[in-house]
Amino acid sequence: MIKTLLNRWEQGCKTSKYPRQGITLATEYRGLPKIDRQCSKDLVNLCAENCPQDAINKEKRSIDLGKCVFCGTCEKLSEGKFVTFTNNFELGVEKRDFLNTDIGIPNLAEHSKQHFKKLFGRSLQLRQVSAGGCNSCEADLNVLATPFFDLSRFGINFVASPRHADGIMVTGPVSKNMKTALLKTYEALPAPKIVIASGACAISGGPFYGSPEVTDWIDHLLPVDLFIPGCPPHPMTALHALLKFFKK
Amino acid sequence: MVKGLLTVKNGESVKLSDLPNIPFETFCKSLKSVAAGEGKIVHYFAYEENDQLKLMAVLRTDKLYILSTDAPEKYPSLTCSSDKFHMFEREMAEQYAIQPVGHPWFKPVRYHENYRGKADLFGNNYEEDIPGNYNYYSVSGDDIHEVAVGPVHAGVIEPGHFRFNCIGEVVLNLEIQLGFQHRGVEKMLETVPQKRLLNIVESIAGDTTIGNSLCYAQAVEALCGLKTNAHSQMVRSMALELERICNHIGDLGALSGDVAFLPPSSYFGRIRGNFLNMLLLLAGNRFGKGLIQPGGLRYSLNQKNFDKIQKECRVLRKEIEHIFDLLFTASSVLSRFEKTGTVSKQSAEELGLVGVAGRASGISYDVRNAFPTEYYQKIEVSPKVETTGDVMARAMVRNREVLNSFDIIGGMNYEVAAKDQAYDLSSPKPSSVIVTLNEGWRGELSHCIITDEKGDILRYKVKDPSFHNWNGLALSLKNEQISDFPLCNKSFNLSYCGFDL
Repeated sequence: MIKTLLNRWEQGCKTSKYPRQGITLATEYRGLPKIDRQCSKDLVNLCAENCPQDAINKEKRSIDLGKCVFCGTCEKLSEGKFVTFTNNFELGVEKRDFLNTDIGIPNLAEHSKQHFKKLFGRSLQLRQVSAGGCNSCEADLNVLATPFFDLSRFGINFVASPRHADGIMVTGPVSKNMKTALLKTYEALPAPKIVIASGACAISGGPFYGSPEVTDWIDHLLPVDLFIPGCPPHPMTALHALLKFFKK
Repeated sequence: MVKGLLTVKNGESVKLSDLPNIPFETFCKSLKSVAAGEGKIVHYFAYEENDQLKLMAVLRTDKLYILSTDAPEKYPSLTCSSDKFHMFEREMAEQYAIQPVGHPWFKPVRYHENYRGKADLFGNNYEEDIPGNYNYYSVSGDDIHEVAVGPVHAGVIEPGHFRFNCIGEVVLNLEIQLGFQHRGVEKMLETVPQKRLLNIVESIAGDTTIGNSLCYAQAVEALCGLKTNAHSQMVRSMALELERICNHIGDLGALSGDVAFLPPSSYFGRIRGNFLNMLLLLAGNRFGKGLIQPGGLRYSLNQKNFDKIQKECRVLRKEIEHIFDLLFTASSVLSRFEKTGTVSKQSAEELGLVGVAGRASGISYDVRNAFPTEYYQKIEVSPKVETTGDVMARAMVRNREVLNSFDIIGGMNYEVAAKDQAYDLSSPKPSSVIVTLNEGWRGELSHCIITDEKGDILRYKVKDPSFHNWNGLALSLKNEQISDFPLCNKSFNLSYCGFDL
């Protein structure tokens, strides 16, 4: 008993004050990229050719954040002259096209569906489906349940059955072997069946795009309401997106 | 005298032409005689070279050995002589349609078509996207019932199928069928452009990003003749230890949660995040993605962040020690941890368990000690061994390894970063084979690359420690209460995606 109390005393309260107070991530973190459209054409071409994800559009000088895994190759190659990754973690969007960015991404709150806010603003129950992928997306979603983020204080929970859920949060490039299980889980949801695609794999296939063993992304299997990019998305990215999209 | 073995070092490339040319019968005899003793199988796989189907095996005693031979279409199964071959033979049958005749438990590993376009040995129709087209082992009788769990589980975790045969609350048999996470990693690594390799390797298993990227980088370095400097060796090992700490801490927290002792579970959940943030300082990503590249590092570590990590480790170590004390003295915890999910040393040896699970059952093997690379060449890492083989032992191994990792990180002196340099990866050694081993946080992680005449990747074989250890979990459930499954499962905490590839 005394040990429990002493540890409790030592640990104190570690829950963040977000969103009432902002959070600044370490500058090492690679979040929303800033693009310099004035940089030389050769540099853009160099970055585009060497991008492991083929996420850079040479003509438009833009990056597809749905494909991007934020590896930093383009920043290194252009020495920051074409792309620099900022520590801005606010990356969630409502439409896939919004992730094709050259100047930034639209404010999520302005685009979120108002009836969702009305329905789920006070209580949102999600079922997570892991469909391929590498488990880092799942790991960083689990982190949201730890005392620092404490997701349940916003009325948002991950539940054990699709029957108890308002929607599913899908991670992974949807491996062929998980396709049926994913669709069955979706079927078991009550309407209006929210679908959230979390991580580069769910949005575009991520590092596994083109493999014959994956179906590449869920967008052409299910109607997606919210896209959360990253490899994996930082827990703050996911938290920000969930709060902005669903909370009043 | 065991014939046809070529001794190799961890991370040293060998020309394929230097491998002794032995007939298949000799190959089998050698494999059997090594596996009959203390010897373990690191790799055993098939590949095609100039339309000739070949087999390659990497064995380990206190040394590493490679041997190779031409493969037959079918042969008498080696699993009948030793369980160590069990998964490897099934994998080979699935990937290359080589039939191990008389295999005692012949079923698919990951559910995919074979690479040679041959008739499927399991009789599966892959047009149907339902894996596990297979008759599960079943028990019959009046009081017997079956419990099927998965692929979609109740928590935020990866997919897999578990089939329990129970009598009342007691589990008679647990069968684990995976493959749901199969993304075709090995085939991709052999076919995609080089620029994509690193991202794919980092995503084989996200919680073992550092381990996998290290195995890949070391292999490419050996093939391209690159040397790493002291700074990158230090940072790589530091990252590997941080990865170990954050996963072990997370596991201990989850174990505590599984026996409904919530304080350590909350504290460790939060503290695990601190270590992920330290990896973020190293790599710009909480799982260390983007840190390691062939030749060295993509991001070097400055003195300021080095000191910051050292300082934070010292502070957190104290907190963690206090929580360990809380966890491992609570009688309600001990009564659940002790004598639950026991795997005897004999069984562990027979199955070839590695890593935490192996050491918890008394197998003193740690790659950092047996085949050290990077910073570990400069220090002595003693394997943390327990003998009881139960959940308690696996928790204690984690406990002691966390403290040991703190010692390793604390003992590091900052090595000044060299200037970034470009690495020439364009001319890897042709017709060679390279094996790299590292002690990932789960255990022995190994990559094996074979190159063709032009130096391109002919075969890329990945082996996660989970490949050995899943059967250990199945074994640990025998005659246990089904309600102890979450506890046993967490005490192993094996990788689905690392296994499924």
